[in-house]
Amino acid sequence: MIPPYLWQEMAQLTGEHFVLVLVSMVIAAGAGLPLGILLTRRASLRTPLLGFANVMQTIPSLALFGFLIPIPLIGGIGKRTAIVALVLYALLPILRNTLAGILGVDAAVRESAIAMGMTGRQLLWEVELPLAAPTILAGIRIATVTTIGTATIAAAIGGGGLGVFIFRGIASVDTTQILAGAIPAALLALLSDGGFSWIERRLTEPRT
Amino acid sequence: MALRGKSLDSSLSAGPALEFRGVSYRINGNLILDNLSFGIEPGRTLVLLGRSGSGKTTALKMLNGLLLPTSGQVLVESRATSDWDLIELRRSIGYVIQEVGLFPHFTIGENVGLVPRLNGWTADRITARVAELLHQVGLEPARFLNRYPRELSGGQRQRVGVARALAAEPKLLLFDEPFGALDPVTRVELQDQFLELRDRLGKTTIFFTHDVREALRLCSEIALLHRGRLEVLAKPAEFLNSSGPEARAFLSTL
Repeated sequence: MIPPYLWQEMAQLTGEHFVLVLVSMVIAAGAGLPLGILLTRRASLRTPLLGFANVMQTIPSLALFGFLIPIPLIGGIGKRTAIVALVLYALLPILRNTLAGILGVDAAVRESAIAMGMTGRQLLWEVELPLAAPTILAGIRIATVTTIGTATIAAAIGGGGLGVFIFRGIASVDTTQILAGAIPAALLALLSDGGFSWIERRLTEPRT
Repeated sequence: MALRGKSLDSSLSAGPALEFRGVSYRINGNLILDNLSFGIEPGRTLVLLGRSGSGKTTALKMLNGLLLPTSGQVLVESRATSDWDLIELRRSIGYVIQEVGLFPHFTIGENVGLVPRLNGWTADRITARVAELLHQVGLEPARFLNRYPRELSGGQRQRVGVARALAAEPKLLLFDEPFGALDPVTRVELQDQFLELRDRLGKTTIFFTHDVREALRLCSEIALLHRGRLEVLAKPAEFLNSSGPEARAFLSTL
């Protein structure tokens, strides 16, 4: 269905797309997890931080990419801007699920950990995070699958990825090119979703 | 010199292992505990009996330093909880929790070996200790070591809870309504085991319950708590003859 002359470019753009998503997710998880943990300890920060992440989520993605172009340092044309936007989108599900996962740990289990003489750090690493892991992972999973889709818009600001095919296909009314972008993006999303669900099962299996 | 040594010795062994000394706790203008005073001699078992809302849970949280008294002192080993390093205090109290409180993501072995591990025991020593304890509470180590709490019955889980509390050789045992959620037959089995362990180990124990039958069965002394006050402090035989209204209310459930 996809003619051979597109294969090489498809492989290259899929690779670009993958890297775009991977880098964004590493940054989003790297920021979202500690921030989410912070929110469990400081209730006063919850409203402003979740509010910010919520607002980011409501901005239409094409508009957010556009807004970022004139901003110095994080903006402009290219991959960096695309990554900034993707991180802002991915933040909310990660933050929210980290918070919900840790707050959802049975109060009796938490209290017994404290009463057994665990320090705050031990409570976090040995009890709260392992028990919240499935919920946190679900947040990262949602964020990743969404990001794979949203990342196609990166092409609009010169960020590359599979969106290049899609935009070009739309501009030249060429369904083949649109499919050459859409099919690998959908496959990436399915694969990562499957990968995460496998990890989730591994994490919860022994105790259920 | 000899005399001085002797008096020091006796002052160390004579003090109660645990003492509430004029303990009051007030929050938002409500007096939860009102001038509570009692002690437990080393090796004895005291049951703190009271209905829900009597202040039992607050008294318990005073013991492991989750709360500090508004006035008065809780002394563990003659040292006020406010002077203890709280982490050290909690690790030296064996705590058997209401509804078990085992960690669902730890195996039975990991649950029992928790406090020894927190205290930095070597892996070999923990393994040996865990096997010994599971044996003591009547669970065959080979069968249970690598299973998860969810795979066990309520009674088995509670046995694990007891083993976990004993693991790090605590000075003091604290039982928080441990058998409340069990069926009557299993409850009696575990009470029997409690008595057997008590006689064998001779640990100072404080036991919280709202079940007067359990209280009479297990303790050397009963402290009856009502609306934050100590209503009765008596041996079981004397408690049966108490005339106070709250004591009568409890005795009428027999």
